[in-house]
Amino acid sequence: MYSLESKDLHLYYGDFHALKGITMGMKKNEVTAFIGPSGCGKSTYLRCFNRMNDLIDNVRIDGEVLVDGVDIYQKSILVDDLRTHVGMVFQKPNPFPKSIFENVAYGLRVNGTKDKNLIAERVETSLKQAALWDEVKDKLKKSAFELSGGQQQRLCIARALAIEPSVLLMDEPASALDPISTAKIEELIYQLKENYTIIIVTHNMQQAGRVSDNTAFFYMGELVEYGKTKNIFTSPKDTRTQNYVTGRFG
Amino acid sequence: MSFTSNPNLNKSKRFWQAFAFNSFRLLSFLVVAILVVILGFIIINGISVISWEFLTEMPREGMTKGGIFPAIVGTLWLVVGSLLFACPIGILSGIYINEYAKDGWLKRFIKLMTNNLAGVPSIVFGLFGMALFVNKFGFGDSILAGSLTLGLLALPVVIRTTEEALKAIDDSFRIGSLALGASKWQTIWKVILPIALPNIITGIILSVGRVSGETAPILFTVAAYFLPKLPTSIFDQVMALPYHLYVISTSGTNIEASRAMAYGTAFILILIVLLVNLLANWLRRYFGRKVKMN
Ligand SMILES: Nc1ncnc2c1ncn2[C@@H]1O[C@H](COP(=O)(O)OP(=O)(O)O)[C@@H](O)[C@H]1O
Ligand SMILES: [Mg+2]
Repeated sequence: MYSLESKDLHLYYGDFHALKGITMGMKKNEVTAFIGPSGCGKSTYLRCFNRMNDLIDNVRIDGEVLVDGVDIYQKSILVDDLRTHVGMVFQKPNPFPKSIFENVAYGLRVNGTKDKNLIAERVETSLKQAALWDEVKDKLKKSAFELSGGQQQRLCIARALAIEPSVLLMDEPASALDPISTAKIEELIYQLKENYTIIIVTHNMQQAGRVSDNTAFFYMGELVEYGKTKNIFTSPKDTRTQNYVTGRFG
Repeated sequence: MSFTSNPNLNKSKRFWQAFAFNSFRLLSFLVVAILVVILGFIIINGISVISWEFLTEMPREGMTKGGIFPAIVGTLWLVVGSLLFACPIGILSGIYINEYAKDGWLKRFIKLMTNNLAGVPSIVFGLFGMALFVNKFGFGDSILAGSLTLGLLALPVVIRTTEEALKAIDDSFRIGSLALGASKWQTIWKVILPIALPNIITGIILSVGRVSGETAPILFTVAAYFLPKLPTSIFDQVMALPYHLYVISTSGTNIEASRAMAYGTAFILILIVLLVNLLANWLRRYFGRKVKMN
């Protein structure tokens, strides 16, 4: 069974047909990279899996989206619970104006965890998983805004990990960061793979090559090609894919 | 190529630049000057009557002697009362308009009405308050009726500032919170409101300034001409600073003799507004810091 799957998924922003019949599945413990030119629908598709598109007015969806085999657009789905199961990291680091500790604890608190020791424990574990613990362990009470951009992004990853999701959706998580921070995030993705299903949207072909097992190429709302990253980069079947990965457009 | 290809054109351009700059500067100095003169006038005339007695005693001898204690207390009651009414409703409305209401005619209509409410002359609020709270609800001339009327007056300001404060907050905070499984209300309560609070407080304080100085809305709803005792319940009438000022400057028993008292009252009224503004600034900074540290 796929961890994430969509079947003939169409999405409309008003009259605009943004996703055109996407069928694909992603397995647990694999990293899938979404690539494609800006505006081709990568973020839109990503947001289908934690229903963040619900926040946008006039969005209409046809087809099926399954998480662990469950149709997440059926009526009985509790969207809040779905989002604790499917975590998300955004392009621009968006820590809350709270302390480092409270940022990571936030997800636990809003989901009803009261036990102080448990929270402290989860905060520490998540910060360690996000490779940030050593840098912040002495200033957990300090504002998250005092961290550098790269640290803030890792804090956001820790924040997402704290509620123990099983899926991590990352929308260009390193595009606003310097090379060193980017390398740290990539390293992190590699390690997190052991426990998570990961999708990463990226504009950086090298990055896709380094971190992902599979790659999906999107173009104008369509899934053009999907397969092992190695194959997509060395022997793409579609000329559009080939043009894109060799940098001829996009 | 030259930097002064058309010296005449440049000259006129520079002239107008200097002219505009200097006249704007002059105008803003003028505004400050007027303010200084008004304040100075009140302070110079008022400060001589300020004394412990003036602040803590009842008015005596046809309000030409004694103090303004009951008017100070009355104004404080009214300010607190009106805020107790305007803040919860105003903040919740602001939250509703900005966070919940979908863009559409309903939202536009609500916003239009709040804006109109803000433009209604305060005497109209006074009449409305009298008709509704004093007579229809049977509260009589009372702190309750006066506070509700003043609260209505403050309401649009509180709604507007809440709305503006919320609108200024980047959506990435909301999205980040929702993506962690927080409900919309948790997101607003735990993330959005703390960020907006400093600005909301400023708005509330601004409305305090307005409320504490208004005469018309309290005229028919609470203000007593002369009542040398403190209220014991919210159904009592009270004296209030702006109305007291009006009374002793226009219709007291001996207007000339109470002139000094009038300046003293004006001084205290301004002082209260000033102190409230300082408090607002302090709270703003305090909360501003707390939001980041917390
Ligand atoms: N909130 C929205 N409302 C209307 N159209 C949108 C919205 N978000 C994205 N789109 C459109 O949908 C298409 C796909 O956008 P997006 O998923 O952001 O692309 P990508 O992430 O691949 O750059 C674009 O043409 C974009 O203009
Ligand atoms: Mg995108």
